[in-house]
Amino acid sequence: MNEPQTLVDKLWSSHTITQREDDAALLWVDRHYIHEGSFHAFSQMKAYGRAIAEPGLTFGVADHYVPTRGRGHAIANPEIAAMVHNLETNATQSHITLFGLDDPRQGIVHVVGPEQGLTLPGLLIVCGDSHTSTHGAFGAYAFGIGASEVAHVLMTQTLWQKKPKRMRVTVDGQAAVGVGAKDIALAIIAQVGADGAQGHAIEFAGSAITALTMEGRMTLCNMSIEAGGRCGMVAPDATTYSYVKGRPYAPSGAAFDQAVEAWSALVSDDGASFDREVSLHAATIAPIITWGTTPDDALPIDARVPDPARETDPVRAEYLRNALDYMGLTAGKKLTEIAIDRIFIGSCTNSRIEDLRAAAAVLAGRVSKVPGLISPGSSIVKRQAEEEGLDRIFRDAGLEWADSGCSMCVGINGDIVASGERCASTTNRNFRGRQGPGARTHLMSPAMVAAAAVSGHLADVRPLLAGRTP
Amino acid sequence: MEKFVRLTATACPLALSNLNTDQILPARYLKWPRSANLGRVLFQDLRCDADGKERSDFPLNQPAYREAKILVAGRNFGGGSSREAAVYALYDAGISCVIAPSFGDIFAQNAVKNGLLIAVLPEADVAELAAAISADAELPLSIDLEQQAISRGNRTYTFAVDPVSRNQLLNGWDDIDLTESNRDRIGAFQAEDQKRRPWAVPAKA
Ligand code: SF4
Repeated sequence: MNEPQTLVDKLWSSHTITQREDDAALLWVDRHYIHEGSFHAFSQMKAYGRAIAEPGLTFGVADHYVPTRGRGHAIANPEIAAMVHNLETNATQSHITLFGLDDPRQGIVHVVGPEQGLTLPGLLIVCGDSHTSTHGAFGAYAFGIGASEVAHVLMTQTLWQKKPKRMRVTVDGQAAVGVGAKDIALAIIAQVGADGAQGHAIEFAGSAITALTMEGRMTLCNMSIEAGGRCGMVAPDATTYSYVKGRPYAPSGAAFDQAVEAWSALVSDDGASFDREVSLHAATIAPIITWGTTPDDALPIDARVPDPARETDPVRAEYLRNALDYMGLTAGKKLTEIAIDRIFIGSCTNSRIEDLRAAAAVLAGRVSKVPGLISPGSSIVKRQAEEEGLDRIFRDAGLEWADSGCSMCVGINGDIVASGERCASTTNRNFRGRQGPGARTHLMSPAMVAAAAVSGHLADVRPLLAGRTP
Repeated sequence: MEKFVRLTATACPLALSNLNTDQILPARYLKWPRSANLGRVLFQDLRCDADGKERSDFPLNQPAYREAKILVAGRNFGGGSSREAAVYALYDAGISCVIAPSFGDIFAQNAVKNGLLIAVLPEADVAELAAAISADAELPLSIDLEQQAISRGNRTYTFAVDPVSRNQLLNGWDDIDLTESNRDRIGAFQAEDQKRRPWAVPAKA
């Protein structure tokens, strides 16, 4: 009998073309997503004097630099306009399908890929963006790469990689009402650390994971990189197949049935061994927020700001002092007493329809005490939210309902948090200056951002959900 | 690709951990073309205050370390965003090697593609080395990739490096040449794979 294999092993071996003596494998790439940041790679390709190998397997999306307001008009900032235009030119010249600025399917690359049925179980997917791990939610092997690797994929549709170690994170039990995939993700990161999964491919398993919708699984896999993981994945199941079925680029009819049969084998075999195992209980997870400047600075909402004076490790104490100073926080303060200046709901982590519904469930009939921006994950999500009347709820709460893009997650389109301002955000990185120079970011779920909005300070969403359907 | 075999140079201590690629190169410089000198905005928001004035307490601003070609940093250097421009910024600023207890995976891959050596040393060794170069910047560090050795005065440390990266740096290999030599294998894989996984190609939308 064959050795039992993990899902990671199966996906790896089905894409291995050849292996080098030093153990690097040449892998076949099924899907390559590109965005405005790919300009370095196209320049490299031109410098090599080569052309794209497989334009039919490459898809472009304008997301990082696109404006979220005033769509349909020319982009005012010439440098930003040039970034979007450059992508259009490169896509056209290389015959790549582009979901550009004015395309009704435009959105954030990690929302659009799955939405269009381009992301499927069993695929190897790369993109010049670290949150490519998102697509692992479908049981795909998906990871972020740098510009030189993007150029290599453009030219050859392959990539040399060293096989990562395998890590399984098992989350069993039932999460409480108001506790979602983002809280599970932050709980995992707090447990393993921001570099805890370095060099590893993570498989998420357990009853709390299989209970998640595809949106939830995407949120979770998206955050794998914040634990340092090379990629994150969930074995495909009925939830996956029903999400994929009928999407524009997904197989249909007999081809779909044949695919499902193949996808059903994409599970870790009983007895397969992992290099590392971690487990958590969903029932013990409370709504979580980050207080500091790395994603593992995560605590349950009923906790207090850590005190450097109580830290025995001097290096850690120094880190805490620096982080508190940057974040403008005092040691020992209750997290629920931290007043906020604005909110942001968006990014490839939490901008899908389910995320917007979760925020709307809290915001309905209430008013936000601070200004805020809501940027849906794609133009399709935007239309769906409007059909469901969610935009009304947001506007009535006093929040701005914008167009889709990376927006305030990274701030390079001009949507930034001002220096010194504190933002409750559904994004994935609370790094110094991530949302703008000097910006202070607290990461949390969409429901928790909504709770912070209506409270004016960080707040536990659970009491606010009493008598409502989350 | 540029080779890396040996280097003797000044090393600068950067005692911070989690220096992610957002800190190495803030996102607002990602629009810059490769021809721009990204080295002048390396660590911009740590190196300079909001008015663009250099902070005297940032080590790379101090006269002793201005010409450093080696950084000795805390754990998880280069985590976060996949931006290869973070490597360009280091490279353009003259940095050829970063020594730390651990590195972000994507950053480490980007580094080797640009001839930048990523040397992994245990936390205690990094702390000792950082203390030594903080006390005396004059005495240079010598790095020998073949031997995987870092020496300073009569003290020698053995560092870890991924064998794939080591091979590539020592030989100055460009991935693309190697891939090109596998052209037939790729073609055969593709033909076989299309029979095995017909569903893997995108349906016509
Ligand atoms: S939303 Fe943020 S994290 Fe996601 S792809 Fe865009 S910039 Fe990256």
